[in-house]
Amino acid sequence: MAEEELREVSIALAGQPNVGKSTVFNMLTGLNQHVGNWPGKTVERRTGTFVHDNVRVHIIDLPGTYCLTAASPEERIARDYIIRERPDVVIAILNAASLERNLYLVAELLALPVPIVIGLNMMDVAQQEGFEIEPAVLAAAIGVPVVPMVASRNEGVHELIDAALDVALHGLKGEPHRPEIRQDHRELLDRLLELIREHVPSPYPPDWVALKMLEGDQEITALMREVLPPEVWATVDGMLRKHEDAIIAVASGRYEWIRRMTRAALKRPRAGNITLTQRLDNVATHPFWGLVVLGIVLGVIFTLTYKIGGVLQEWLATYLVDKLAEAVQGALAGAPAWLSGLLVNGIIGGVGTVITFLPILAVFFAVMGLMEDIGYMARAAYVVDRFMHAIGLHGKSFMPLFLGFGCNVPAIMGARIIESERSRLLTILLAPLVPCTARLAVLAVLVPIFFPQQATIVSWALTALPLVVLALTGVTINKLILKGERSAFIMEMPLYHVPNWRTIGILVWQRLVAFLRKAGTIILLMSVLIWALSTLPTGEIEESYLAALGRFLAPLGAPMGLGWRPLVALLTSFVAKENAVATLGVLYGVGENSQALAQVLSSQFASASALAFLVAEMLFIPCVSTLAVIKQEAGSWKWVLIDVGFLAVLTLLAGTIAYQLGALLL
Amino acid sequence: MGNDLVISLAELAPGEWGTVVDLRGGPGFVGRLAALGFTPGATVRMVRNPGFGPLIVEILDTQIALGRGQALRVYVRRRR
Repeated sequence: MAEEELREVSIALAGQPNVGKSTVFNMLTGLNQHVGNWPGKTVERRTGTFVHDNVRVHIIDLPGTYCLTAASPEERIARDYIIRERPDVVIAILNAASLERNLYLVAELLALPVPIVIGLNMMDVAQQEGFEIEPAVLAAAIGVPVVPMVASRNEGVHELIDAALDVALHGLKGEPHRPEIRQDHRELLDRLLELIREHVPSPYPPDWVALKMLEGDQEITALMREVLPPEVWATVDGMLRKHEDAIIAVASGRYEWIRRMTRAALKRPRAGNITLTQRLDNVATHPFWGLVVLGIVLGVIFTLTYKIGGVLQEWLATYLVDKLAEAVQGALAGAPAWLSGLLVNGIIGGVGTVITFLPILAVFFAVMGLMEDIGYMARAAYVVDRFMHAIGLHGKSFMPLFLGFGCNVPAIMGARIIESERSRLLTILLAPLVPCTARLAVLAVLVPIFFPQQATIVSWALTALPLVVLALTGVTINKLILKGERSAFIMEMPLYHVPNWRTIGILVWQRLVAFLRKAGTIILLMSVLIWALSTLPTGEIEESYLAALGRFLAPLGAPMGLGWRPLVALLTSFVAKENAVATLGVLYGVGENSQALAQVLSSQFASASALAFLVAEMLFIPCVSTLAVIKQEAGSWKWVLIDVGFLAVLTLLAGTIAYQLGALLL
Repeated sequence: MGNDLVISLAELAPGEWGTVVDLRGGPGFVGRLAALGFTPGATVRMVRNPGFGPLIVEILDTQIALGRGQALRVYVRRRR
């Protein structure tokens, strides 16, 4: 069939979290999907295309949200998309095992000017839990198609798209039954609508705007304040102030509607039978045993990621990267030194950095995806929330941050499991303060050289330092910037269920591709750049542009007691933290001879300077791979610059304090 | 009803049932909780309440973890 004969339909996929929405999306699009971010947000945006019965379907996966107020970026994105882009049909995926709560989003969607179709997912789970649901009765009550499905077994997905395309091409049969505000506020809503109706700008539906204003929706209220004549605004503002709790009446109206809609369609189980989820949660959410379980799970994740991933990583480095470098070096035997230097040390070195990340990332994403899909992630977040709360972070920030001890790159990418955008961003920006294995390796080499007598205690103090800074920063940001409601901990505990390998596989694949395409290019470019700076113009690092930069920055090093050589070592650690040691070796003319290095370092460094250098190494700007991933995940260079600026100032401050204190005490 | 005293949700012991009476807080907070089913008249059951840190309640067939600070702003009547 020729392409132009295909009809085009746009579908938006909406749903609350934990309803299997991404499973449905993956079933429909397979690997034929595009993953990116919503413009200017760290919220993931997934789109895809497929052909169904001679119709080309463009589908977009809206962020999972419980409702459509503007309280979170996800909610704003979902509703703005529906109102501004007007998809031909919105599919609402519901979890049949918590039908009533899931219908709340439907109640909100019905107020928007798009037809909707309901996909009643997880029918198998609902049945196990003892619910009896009649989709046809529900469909008749609401007046929109309801398709029962088990997306994880690909049951009902085809029928869902049939129903959605039918509505997209031919419209709904009759008006759906929409919820109304609770009786006692009906008159108020009518009066408000009367006042604003003629002023509401397109494409917003006036009755929806009136409802949102009553709900206390700040975005819509601000919008109407702009467009309403001052005297009308004064009246409206007075009404809204008098009824600040109208949101409860609106929500109650929706739940009244839900009760009416489900009266005939839903039979609930008798209370009392203990489910598998309850039995597992007796341990997993216990204040003490829950921590024990978490400890075991973390141990397993860590071992898997860094044992399996580490072995694969070494294997790749030895058999792929090193062999390639050798081959290129051999082939370029007669070529100018700068060319083989560029190819071998610059480009292959950079590629090697990128490639050797892949095994660790793959194992890490698989394990994280598995934990999330099973439903354990919410339990882990619950048991650690009391600790994370104290430093202004969400319970869900714990898992990614903890795994940052291995490597910051997967930690930052793992922050995607945090639903709230603010907590996710904060976690991403704080992650570099978790000391990774590379930084700890530098400590392990240098501390015994500088502080042979107190190596253990100095190592511990230097490891704890960034963590203390992380906690203090979290507390400060939470107190000063995000006060109050922002850190609210409200989290659904989904039912445990059997993992869907297809969903996990696609997730791992997408994350790896995203890393290669976005972070990979940046890492490669920066590696080549730093290599060039450290080699040009003569090939000797002592005479390089990087050394010149180090000398130029020397005044900054002075208060920390650091000359240009340690500054250059810090700068090269930007490519990879462990470079710091090697650079010191080169700059002090001892190469890789560790004994000579120890000798020259202990004679060249005063104890106070050594302390300042180590403090700076622990706090200084993360490696280029980490920064590249921050750019990728936070979606803009702005956040990278803010983070780098913050860490640079922090390094200067802490380094200076360490040097001055050290000079006094040591 | 037996006991008409209005208490905060955080005061319910594990296994106890309550009826939601009111929510206090900004529209963002109230809106989020209301969307999850915390509306006046709704039935909740306390699942976990260790006396410190977040707690878990069951509402509308779903278990929801709530920070203690949030639970203090949900008012309920204990049910017998």
